[in-house]
Amino acid sequence: MTLAAEPTLLGAEDFRVTRSRRNVTWNGIGVLAVVVVLALFPYIVYSGTTAIMVQAFIVLTMASMWNLLAGYAGLVSVGQQAFVGLGAYFVLILALHGTSPFAALPVAAIACGVAALPMWWLVSRLRSGYFAIATWVLAAAIMLFVQRFQSLGGGTGLPLPGLTGMSPTLLTAYTYWAGLAVTVLALLAIYLLLRGRTGLVLTAIRDDEVAARSSGARVGLARLLVFVVAGVGCGAAGAVLAISQLQVQPSADFSVQWTAEMAFATIIGGLGTIEGPIIGTAVYMVLQQTLASYNAWYLIILGLVAIGVALFARRGLWGLVDARLNLRLFPVGYWLRAPAGNGGRTGQAGEEAVAD
Amino acid sequence: MAWVNAIIQGVLTGGLYALFACGLSLMFGVMKVVNLAHGDLAVVAGYVAIGIITATHIPVLWSVVVVVPVMAVLGYVLQRTLIQSALNRGVLTTLIVTLGVSMVIENGLLQFFTANTRGIGPNLSLVTSSFSLGSQIQIAWLLVVIFAVAVVVLLGLQYFLSGSKYGRLIRATADDQEAVQLAGADYRHVFGIAAALALGTVALGGIAYGMYADLDPTAGTDTILLFAFVAVVIGGLGSLWGTLLGGVVLGVAQQIGAQINFSYEVLAGYIVFLAILVLRPEGLTTRKAQS
Amino acid sequence: MSEPVNTAVSEPPLLEVSDLTVHHGQLRALDALSLTVMPGEVYAIIGANGAGKSTLLRTIAGLHQPTAGAVRLDGEDVTVLRPERRARQGIVMVPEGRRLFGSLSVEENLQVGATYARPGPWTIEKVYETFDWMRSRRGQRAAQLSGGEQQTVSIGRALVANPRVLLLDELSLGLAPVIVQRIYGMLPQILATGLTVLLVEQDVSQALRVASHIHCLLEGRTTLEGRPADVTAEQVEAAYFGLAGTGAASRSAEGSEA
Repeated sequence: MTLAAEPTLLGAEDFRVTRSRRNVTWNGIGVLAVVVVLALFPYIVYSGTTAIMVQAFIVLTMASMWNLLAGYAGLVSVGQQAFVGLGAYFVLILALHGTSPFAALPVAAIACGVAALPMWWLVSRLRSGYFAIATWVLAAAIMLFVQRFQSLGGGTGLPLPGLTGMSPTLLTAYTYWAGLAVTVLALLAIYLLLRGRTGLVLTAIRDDEVAARSSGARVGLARLLVFVVAGVGCGAAGAVLAISQLQVQPSADFSVQWTAEMAFATIIGGLGTIEGPIIGTAVYMVLQQTLASYNAWYLIILGLVAIGVALFARRGLWGLVDARLNLRLFPVGYWLRAPAGNGGRTGQAGEEAVAD
Repeated sequence: MAWVNAIIQGVLTGGLYALFACGLSLMFGVMKVVNLAHGDLAVVAGYVAIGIITATHIPVLWSVVVVVPVMAVLGYVLQRTLIQSALNRGVLTTLIVTLGVSMVIENGLLQFFTANTRGIGPNLSLVTSSFSLGSQIQIAWLLVVIFAVAVVVLLGLQYFLSGSKYGRLIRATADDQEAVQLAGADYRHVFGIAAALALGTVALGGIAYGMYADLDPTAGTDTILLFAFVAVVIGGLGSLWGTLLGGVVLGVAQQIGAQINFSYEVLAGYIVFLAILVLRPEGLTTRKAQS
Repeated sequence: MSEPVNTAVSEPPLLEVSDLTVHHGQLRALDALSLTVMPGEVYAIIGANGAGKSTLLRTIAGLHQPTAGAVRLDGEDVTVLRPERRARQGIVMVPEGRRLFGSLSVEENLQVGATYARPGPWTIEKVYETFDWMRSRRGQRAAQLSGGEQQTVSIGRALVANPRVLLLDELSLGLAPVIVQRIYGMLPQILATGLTVLLVEQDVSQALRVASHIHCLLEGRTTLEGRPADVTAEQVEAAYFGLAGTGAASRSAEGSEA
């Protein structure tokens, strides 16, 4: 046996831990390019298209939030519609006092985050199944409470003031940009959250909660943070909803169908990945646009597809893609790279996803 | 005097809510499943009852005899197929699947029956008549009957669970699924029986609700599921008679709320629920150690 | 590994495990393990924590599916049968940690055990006769019993099913030695009714006292087999810890236990 044929022993320092297989910078530039193109839409497409895009933005934001809750923090909430409605109503309240709804949007979102705190205090002790319904009951209670106020339109709602003077084209454009901004910020926030320490805690919880707790991870705090972020996100989506509809309606804005739609979109696209909700929203929009004239059918089919995916294709559509291409637009996991050139043997074998 | 009336009505409504709730409690106690389609299946039972009555002109109460066993069988099948598959894949999948079923049922009913409300047996004297206690108190016969039915159902469930072979198996499976297999029992079959009981009772509740109020596609979630859950939490997880107590408390809270302001009715019930959640989360009947 | 000397050579084995390989995820818990249990034997499996003892028993009971190999009861292959089917065929396990139905009474626990019982000498009545304290406490909730009492009820629950092979998983765990001895003291009565016992035991000396055949595991493989009378204490110790000659060098048995 000659020396050349002997494998070299690798020390720990020989291995590199990197964020993704491919260069992150190129991913980032690509995403930025997409955002820039999207921002130009109001100049280049019809207002009908931008209106559809606003809907897509709303659903995508909500789905991303639901994904954060269920796919990363293990919290299955069937009450996110509470924040959708609250976001809409906070905008209404501010608009009734003279603020422009667009300026009210960020305030409303933050107010929803604040509202999330007492809500979390109420339901956080419940286990998964009961947690789910409890959030639903909470949302229903909030809707009933809000409906008490005649000044806010009582049971029928109110039109949204403060936007009547604007030209329709400008209004459509601003609404579109508001929707785009909310979506981009939401995805950015989720991406940063998951890349940071909280992300590690969340992944640990997802894999084994008891182990996570016993290793000192602040499980409760991580979950609270996620719940608040999801509240802000869904609230922002609700604010965009109010602006795009130019009115606030309790039964529509607080409808559990919002949660169903965001949940199904996430499941179909792929739970537990940031890309999943994007695909899921696309599927949702396609279904909605093609079946819109058939009233409730798109939701029936969406539900059936979600059931099918949950049972037979657990990782969703993105999971099918991911499994083949190992592609990540938003890399939040880690790759372990063995040094290349060790007889060339470890090049492929060393690359295995360690987390995420 | 209106208050006394309200409280009596609230107490009696508790029977209806107990019918909603006992199945939910059973399914969670035995297989740790929260069936989000629980209420919608009750509404389906109601619509089927209406359909049968309209098609065959059988007396209204006979529809109960037909529909409830059918729904029980449906419950068994649903459990053995859909819900068991979901259970094998985890809690999240179970919630998604049952939420999916719920949405499909609701929107399906909306498509085919529209959002119009329908009543069961609206012209029946049982439904419309009431009796008086003294000069100021009026009690609807239907509510008394529903309450009595609920008590009978709970007694039956208690007897079944404590005294019969399958009742023992159900309780044993709730304690230790694996050990029950070692004793020769197929826990999937036991789950199926529990689901059959759950759906049978909630179907009964759905038909009762159709007589008492009116059915519409969203009643399954807006009313039945949420009220059932609230009743279970107030009464205490894992306690069958607790669902009756929880239902009664919910009903009374709602009626008191309605007395203050007509539109406070449902909200008052939820506020009491939230209070219990904060002050005594294990419910009114459970001893602290058990939760 | 020598075959145990069996006077009834013409009798077929009751339970056979052939080349059984079991994985927990990526960890191999059992490695091509084989054993044969003859009718009427008390077959004891010993080994350190993580050796694979409970995994073996659980796989025989059907709670774990092997990646390779077979389990045969009386010549019939039961490898793919679900645990409840195997129980009804006669492989009944008394699980580790007793695992009684806590909210049920003592009698109800026995009743559940008897639900799918095979025909045979064991009835609830006979269990009460054998364990005389039980009759007066039969209405008590199982969760309120002491550890030793629970263990006895757990055995009773398995007995009323009239098994052909009784699997006992770590009887002594968490119990005082006096109680353990008393429970093992009942074995002759159990065997007298025609049962065969396959047990897993942490306490080696206890196992050696009651067994008619000893089988030692280390890291999922057999290191020693034979009648207690035919093995020395040094041999057992070497096999148990994997000392020189068994290929495990000086590493002690580690890894996750089933």
